[in-house]
Amino acid sequence: MSDKIKLVVIGNGPVGHNFLEALVESGQSEHYQVTVFGEEPLPAYDRVHLTSWFKNQDVADINMVKEGFYPQNNFTLFTGEKVTNIDRFKQIVTSESGQEIAYDKIILATGSFPFVPPVPGHQRDNVFVYRTIDDLEKMTAAAKNSKVGAVIGGGLLGLEAAKALMDLGLETHVVEFAPRLMAVQVDDGGGAMLSKKIQDLGVSVHTQKNTQNIAAGESNFHKMSFADGTELNTDIIVFSAGIRPRDELARNAGLGMGARGGVVINNNCVTSDDNIYAIGEVALWNNQIFGLIAPGNAMAKAAVDHLTGTGTIEFAGADMSTKLKLMGVDVASIGDAHGNTPNSRSYTYVNDREEVYKKIVVSEDDKHLLGAVLIGDAAEYGSLLQFMLNKMELPSEPEGLILPSVDGSSSGIGVDALPDSAVLCSCMNVSKADVVDAVQAGACDMGAIKSCTKAATGCGGCTALVTQVLNNELEKQGVEVNTDLCEHFAYTRQDLYNIIRVDNIKTFEELLDKYGTGLGCDICKPTAANILASCWNEHVFNHNLQGLQDTNDYYMGNMQKDGTYSVVPRIAGGEITPNKLIVLGEVANKYNLYTKITGGQRVDLFGARSEQLPMIWRELVDAGFETGHAYGKSLRTVKSCVGSNWCRYGVQDSMGMSIRLENRYKGLRSPHKLKMAVSGCTRECAEAQSKDVGVIATESGWNMYVCGNGGMKPRHADLFASDLSDSDLIQYIDRFFMFYIRTADRLQRTSVWMDNMEGGLEYLKSVIIDDKLGLADELEQEMSAVVDTYQCEWKTTIDDPIKMKRFTHFINSDKQDDNIIFTTEREQIRPIATTELELAFEVK
Amino acid sequence: MTNQTQWANICETSEILPNIGVCALFKNQQVAIFKVIDQEGAEQLFAINNYCPFSRSNTISRGIAGNINNKIVIASPLYKQHFDLETGICIEDQNVKISTYPVRLKGSTVQLAA
Repeated sequence: MSDKIKLVVIGNGPVGHNFLEALVESGQSEHYQVTVFGEEPLPAYDRVHLTSWFKNQDVADINMVKEGFYPQNNFTLFTGEKVTNIDRFKQIVTSESGQEIAYDKIILATGSFPFVPPVPGHQRDNVFVYRTIDDLEKMTAAAKNSKVGAVIGGGLLGLEAAKALMDLGLETHVVEFAPRLMAVQVDDGGGAMLSKKIQDLGVSVHTQKNTQNIAAGESNFHKMSFADGTELNTDIIVFSAGIRPRDELARNAGLGMGARGGVVINNNCVTSDDNIYAIGEVALWNNQIFGLIAPGNAMAKAAVDHLTGTGTIEFAGADMSTKLKLMGVDVASIGDAHGNTPNSRSYTYVNDREEVYKKIVVSEDDKHLLGAVLIGDAAEYGSLLQFMLNKMELPSEPEGLILPSVDGSSSGIGVDALPDSAVLCSCMNVSKADVVDAVQAGACDMGAIKSCTKAATGCGGCTALVTQVLNNELEKQGVEVNTDLCEHFAYTRQDLYNIIRVDNIKTFEELLDKYGTGLGCDICKPTAANILASCWNEHVFNHNLQGLQDTNDYYMGNMQKDGTYSVVPRIAGGEITPNKLIVLGEVANKYNLYTKITGGQRVDLFGARSEQLPMIWRELVDAGFETGHAYGKSLRTVKSCVGSNWCRYGVQDSMGMSIRLENRYKGLRSPHKLKMAVSGCTRECAEAQSKDVGVIATESGWNMYVCGNGGMKPRHADLFASDLSDSDLIQYIDRFFMFYIRTADRLQRTSVWMDNMEGGLEYLKSVIIDDKLGLADELEQEMSAVVDTYQCEWKTTIDDPIKMKRFTHFINSDKQDDNIIFTTEREQIRPIATTELELAFEVK
Repeated sequence: MTNQTQWANICETSEILPNIGVCALFKNQQVAIFKVIDQEGAEQLFAINNYCPFSRSNTISRGIAGNINNKIVIASPLYKQHFDLETGICIEDQNVKISTYPVRLKGSTVQLAA
């Protein structure tokens, strides 16, 4: 232990944490005895996504630290502990509580603090900054007694703060000193379009306002006075006027500083003291402070590299291009966005109807891209960035890059032209070569690319580009991705769905006759049955359909390993009367069925012979039960907590909503099973974020989550929309399910569907919420047709004597299948194991 | 011993729906019978043992009939292996074979022979 190098990391923000991850990745961490100090009470969290904390107020959403990271790597972490002194001669750091730790090397990652200009009144109550969870908690508390909020500063973070105020239900104002929003990143035209779009969302934008005084207001808590004589009354003020490096520790230790602050570093991130590195927003490189996460991470890499003596990676500045979504508005800025390069030319496209602004700045000879501004639609960001970063020659008419194409084809980049070193995903630093290697190693869809390269798992802005590289590479390798459903249909499931809809096809025979060959098989028949059910919702036994059904659908029960079936009646939301529960017990007793409570809050009855199914269901239907569709590729359950009726924490009636949802979507056939859940408050007892559609109650409505999954490959659901009314929630779910049914592959759960969706969550939102494809009405009509034609398949069946005939085991005998043998375990039946069976015969 | 095949009546052809199997009890054995309709619309009867050796259950009659390449097959409903209805040979594992039986239509009656 004593031969280890003593490394002290001061600061546990995103960059400090990234340094530790990079150290572990370098494989050298065992040579260091690492002590980490963080001033905040929590381990590193992702500040960039602070606004998403607002949705749930759950730190887990933005936590950056993998469980067990510190203990597994033997790193010592002190949270809530500020370092107060560095003694460079004794090589000791001292913390607030008086701890003294000796060091050989220090990583200084203290970050920055929000700058609050010394405006008179800035120390009043209800004036905040937007930086830490603590700040947000204070804002949230103050908002409860407030009506109006104002943000001073219309930069990137200021607009994020405005979004937070809006989410808190306040009338929101943004006050900016410069003549436009995001003055650093966008030009005048872009700023004007951005203002317009943000005002459309209900935020008032005040530019060219110099705040001179904050005093007590009359109608509101504060009154802000501006240099031009105007005033603004507000209850809450949030300063977002830029950042300043937190360099006091370094200054007191006598390290080399910049004239306006910041710890001076070289390309290896070493400060004026060879034993001290500085990274992130506290560091000054080439007279620049970098206030973004990507350059901070690049510094962390360079520092690890130098520290461990590899000596190959240096920090060489960073491209400050950004793409983000502010209050749902796409904003992107690349390189020289203002056209400051001498003799540069620019091309601009403005569309007032769609509220889109696009500008590119190119070199004098039209050959190279220097910069760009995109507002309202940033689809070209990926390819434009590649043109600039790789100095690729532009097409002869560069304006084509931002003009909308009439035929819908993209005029973007040819991915073949990209060099291998081109970074496709800057969040995760994944190059084209990384993606190509992954494809060569066998990854052949986006899901696989994501899991082995991490590309497109950060902001997701590069998904389209990565997909193009993937497809291009597959094509080059001659890998023909055969998406045919099976040998009988040279179509994908999605094609067949469209064919069946458009041609109004009602039977498999007609589909096979017009579009297929052969007799069909156990792939295409159930798929066709499933699509026909999604479209026309006829009973599974209708004579043209019954031969297509998988045995589970045919017997309306899940076949178990011994050929018996399970019986699962619907118990919507898990709510059941004592009398109905007694019926289940009585039926199970009478037919000697194995009984178990399921994860979906209902009851499984196992071990029913096919010939018993009609009798069992007759009793259940008579008692008021319906089929639970546990056997179908269809809605299973809508899990719920008891909600506001009983729970002291509940804020909405989750029970009522889950029953309403379950009854609406029961019987809906889909590419794979569907699970839902509704939680009555943010404690999330119903585990809605592991479901295809999850609903979580908020004070003012419902948050909707989509594409979660438990099971084999768990996926946390994505927040899709917030604070929805009952009717908006149902409208969005209608559209969402029907869009999934229309576009998913066979047996593709919503989680995988999402992982492979070009454009990802944002695209899905644009289709479902903004109705970008103009499909919303159609999707809703399709859903309402399914809802209106619901029937309990079991009820219809037992009312029809002809349909009942199919359940006997033998066509020519009333005997039972003698191969079904049960034994008893824990007072219930179970199928006898083959080994037990062989034993029994030997004994005989 | 006689060379004469003994045919036993099982059921009426109308009791067997196209492409949907039934199970018959025949000489103490379970036999799955299928009536497959080919592309020309002609009916063809197949009889194969109902016991699936992979799942060790009597479930073959509940599988989905179809074709793979030029073979008419039945897919076992539990683990989805395919068996050639003509020969009983498993497509995925040629070493596995289930018994097949002579089957015919006599008038409107379906008959099996051993």
